[in-house]
Amino acid sequence: MDEAMVAGFLAATVRVGTPLLLAALGETLAERGGVINLGIEGSMLAGALGGALGATAGGLWLGTGAAVAAGLLLAAVFVVVAIGCRADQIITGTAVTLGAVGLTGLVYRRAYGPAGAGLSLPTFEPLAVPGASGLPLVGEALFAQPVLTYLAWAAVPVTWWLLFRTRWGLALRAVGEAPEAARAAGVRVRRVQAGATLLGGALAGLAGGALVLAQVGTFAENMTAGRGFIAIAIVVLGRWHPVWVLAAALLFGGATALQFLFQAMGLPVPYQWIHMIPYAMALIALAGGMGRARAPAALGR
Amino acid sequence: MIAGVRFPLRVVGLAVAAGLAVLAAGLWALGYDPVTAFGAMARGAFGSWHGFASTTLVRAVPLIILGFGFALAFRGGALNIGMEGQFLAGAIAATWVGLLLAGWPGVVAVPAVWLAGLLAGALWVVIPVILKVRFGVLEVITTLLLNFVAESLVSYMVTGPLQEAKRVYPQSDLIGAAARLPLLPGTRLHLGFLLAVLLCVAGYVVFTRTLWGFRLKAVGQGPRAAWLSGRIASGTLLGGALLLSGAIAGLGGAVEIGGVTYALFQNLSPGYGFTAIAVALLGRGHPLGIILTGILFGALQAGAGAMQREAGIPAVAVAVVQAVVIVVVLLADAAARRRQAATVYPDPAPGEA
Repeated sequence: MDEAMVAGFLAATVRVGTPLLLAALGETLAERGGVINLGIEGSMLAGALGGALGATAGGLWLGTGAAVAAGLLLAAVFVVVAIGCRADQIITGTAVTLGAVGLTGLVYRRAYGPAGAGLSLPTFEPLAVPGASGLPLVGEALFAQPVLTYLAWAAVPVTWWLLFRTRWGLALRAVGEAPEAARAAGVRVRRVQAGATLLGGALAGLAGGALVLAQVGTFAENMTAGRGFIAIAIVVLGRWHPVWVLAAALLFGGATALQFLFQAMGLPVPYQWIHMIPYAMALIALAGGMGRARAPAALGR
Repeated sequence: MIAGVRFPLRVVGLAVAAGLAVLAAGLWALGYDPVTAFGAMARGAFGSWHGFASTTLVRAVPLIILGFGFALAFRGGALNIGMEGQFLAGAIAATWVGLLLAGWPGVVAVPAVWLAGLLAGALWVVIPVILKVRFGVLEVITTLLLNFVAESLVSYMVTGPLQEAKRVYPQSDLIGAAARLPLLPGTRLHLGFLLAVLLCVAGYVVFTRTLWGFRLKAVGQGPRAAWLSGRIASGTLLGGALLLSGAIAGLGGAVEIGGVTYALFQNLSPGYGFTAIAVALLGRGHPLGIILTGILFGALQAGAGAMQREAGIPAVAVAVVQAVVIVVVLLADAAARRRQAATVYPDPAPGEA
């Protein structure tokens, strides 16, 4: 295994980890407020299609905006049903994701014709930081990434600041731990939860956009393939803290990028087994993570 | 209302109407003609006895079986969102056994295939059960994640160990004739339909007439109270219900292999595991209601196939109907809860109580 191979693996890790990081940061916000939103898988899928449609119509940045809007829209459905009407969060999230699968399938085939025709979209070019991108091993991984990756990194301290250094963040965390107490203290519980969930949906939409516009360069039906659910596992492994979530997202990015490494090394492992690794890892993470870190006390209620 | 299982037809009607209305609006907005689409759907689902029996009812079989599996776990308060994976695990095992027992008589081969499906489905939910009972990990996420593992496993099986002898297409050989289910003469409706109905009837008896069914409901309605009563081992009971739910989903996979496809291939399930959630919720967890809603969604899927063939509208669009149905049932539930909370119970009269 030579240096170029490792450098390539690290770069792939960061590239694949970017959508996971964005979605997981969004879900961190929602879960800190006691909301578990399984609909982020749907938000991500809608964001992916929104990104594709926007990029086709008016370029990469329009695509990015459309991705955010699509994710936000589905999160709004979730907010109305699960927070506004207090329906079961998990079943609502499942329904939102299910609806997104149907809707994106319908719109995609209408917009691009029958499935099968490979769709080729423009993607964000890597933005090299002069000098630093030439560093051995980590140069490409850290300093020659598409702009959305830098944006995702910036979202880590911003999320941290929102959660731990603003009044809104304090209110959100109070709601997640003890909604009755928060209400007694004058916090508008449902409004705060709705805000965090919508923000989470927007980030999940952006994650879908990043998947299409900074990683794959095409759209396929159901292309998110459970990345939203993996993001939920990342939140648990990341102990509901933005910095740990970053580490966990990179870990899962690495697990997914393993297939590139194995291919490059010519290992005779069936690709299906490599596909299973991130999901299996998520299971292990959940088993280990739950024991040590404590979820927000009112999560899911 | 029989022993706590209600089946209000009004909510069912409302939910289905809302689902179809949203689909119609969506189709119209995208420039399709809803009238043509719905006409094709109705013809595909109910157009003829042959079509009804061979498509709608055949599609309903896995939906009824999986819907019942979801309802069983749901009654105890567990959400088995991983039935898609358990269905596929059952299908893999059933294919393997069906190929293995090709020369055996049907009375041995058919039950063996079913047993394989049951065991594989249960096996696929073992890890989530352990994680839930031992570590308190949400079964929702773990069962979901295993769906994707099962998809990869099917993909591996049909290009590897279980691939057809000719090694051309990613699919298995057909299972032996003995392992296939008998058909209703003149149709493609197989014995699995009877099995699905009997399963629901048996479930109804277990839910309403046995101690286990009562305990399951107690855990589902108030886990803490059930635990405090000291008479119910909630963890064991819930774990058992989830295992049983997984086994039933696996049986669904085995029945699909033995009655419909006779072979394993990728995309075996058009999302039966998720549609079944809508079936169970719309059936209000009532085993007999699930038979009805299963047929209803079978009709929807059969109709969707016809819609794709005749009107060129992708069949996946019916997922929108399913999503809306789930949401409407949830909203109806939330409204009922609010009404209940608002009911003021009169104080008992002096001397009473």
